Amino acid sequence: MKPGSIAVVGAAETTRMGRIPDVSVIGLHADAALNTLADAGLTAKDIDGLATAGENPTSLAHYLGIVPTWVDGTSVGGCSFMLHVRHAAAAINEGYCTTVLITHGESGRSRVGGGGRFGGGGGASLGGQFEAPFGPIGPPTLFTIPVLRYLKTYGLSQEDLAWVAVIQREWAAMNPRASYREPMTLDDVMNSEMIAYPFRKLMCCLVTDGGGALILTSAKRARDFPRKPVYVLGTGESVETPMVSQMADFTSSRAFRVSAKKAFDECGVRHSDVDHLMIYDAFAHLPLYGLEDLGFCKPGEAAAFIRERNTAPGGKLPLNTNGGGLSYMHSGMYGMYALQESVRQLRGIAPAQVSGARISVSQGIGGMFGAAGTIIFGNEQP
Amino acid sequence: MDRTLPTPTPETAHFWEGCKAGELRLQRCAACAETYFPPRPFCPACGSRQVEVFRASGKAILWSYVINHRPRPDMGTAPYSIAVVALDEGPRMMTNIVGCPQTPEALRLDMPLEVTFETFGDMALPLFKPTKA
Repeated sequence: MKPGSIAVVGAAETTRMGRIPDVSVIGLHADAALNTLADAGLTAKDIDGLATAGENPTSLAHYLGIVPTWVDGTSVGGCSFMLHVRHAAAAINEGYCTTVLITHGESGRSRVGGGGRFGGGGGASLGGQFEAPFGPIGPPTLFTIPVLRYLKTYGLSQEDLAWVAVIQREWAAMNPRASYREPMTLDDVMNSEMIAYPFRKLMCCLVTDGGGALILTSAKRARDFPRKPVYVLGTGESVETPMVSQMADFTSSRAFRVSAKKAFDECGVRHSDVDHLMIYDAFAHLPLYGLEDLGFCKPGEAAAFIRERNTAPGGKLPLNTNGGGLSYMHSGMYGMYALQESVRQLRGIAPAQVSGARISVSQGIGGMFGAAGTIIFGNEQP
Repeated sequence: MDRTLPTPTPETAHFWEGCKAGELRLQRCAACAETYFPPRPFCPACGSRQVEVFRASGKAILWSYVINHRPRPDMGTAPYSIAVVALDEGPRMMTNIVGCPQTPEALRLDMPLEVTFETFGDMALPLFKPTKA
């Protein structure tokens, strides 16, 4: 902490206290937030950082109409808000955001509208009320919902989704640790079991077991370690909505756009500098959205970019070189494996090594287009 | 198996009461005129707490969907659509399309739809069906 570099400029509590049976948990967060914004003379549009505990920050950002470039959902009990202040100070000093809102709301006595806690899904959460009754059963029926609109907007077809899976299998074939390595044709994908039209089984990620971990330290200290250091050059993050039905644009992820722009702006890396790219592929449409929303392709052009083998072995922008969630592995929160592959590529030890890779971008997604995180790595210190 | 049903909160009760009364109810901001969904007691566009509930037209177009071929146990055994419709008033909402085959041929994006309410126990859900030409 740089002493005195950060200040509190707004503070308020909920309008009422004690017994509030007519306001739910997220409503208490929102009431406290609106009172605090008024205290500071701000609106939600002025807020670009959000920290909260006991409520999913994605839900609250969407509820309040905040477009954050930094969120913190650290939830370690009653002291969470002290940790939020500390994390917010670092975030503001680092330039991740300028103005942070930290909220609390809890219906401790009346117990109204709980269940929206991390992961959500309770019947009283917004997703529980306005999505769950209509029969979704997990990501294959939610993550996939925007795609028909995307395909229609750009005159694309199911085959454009299938090509994503086919080309990633080529990468997986080079990776002894990949779950699926056998060659796969377009027909194989198009004839696989229908899961949720227009998605067939081979357009959906695996379900496997596994894990990963990272250790970070300062660049100065990094030279003392046995492995070649991989430097963090740029970072970004954002959230949009906990409900895929409320995503503003079904052809593009706002969270992807905001997160990636922040990461590229932070380090000045140009798209043409990028040697290697990972885009979290829980389903075959995500690399299409990712290539466009990160700025590697113009809207509607990612499918042709992939089909024309730009992301395939030998192409100019190697993508998901471990085989991706579609062929390598997917334990549930795949972002860790995207980071691991970026690190391997920049250490020069990947099974399908991209020759001379110096800059790698790892793009993650959370929820159903709910959240995004971008890390730009380099193996040379700028 | 009983249908999975919403648990209304004080902030959303007007919407679910409306469904039982055969009305699709939205909210509108008195300060900036934004029409929004899902329900909340303030405007997500400008933060004003001066908001009103009104009866929407119930007209919509089919915005996007999937056809779930692995039905959830409470949804029966046949494939069914999980759709997002764009309401004439602007907001979008998740629903099911009923009253037509659950096939890509019958479910055409941008087709006109109208709301219909189906009762399950003591709740009613807003579903949408193709508008009769």
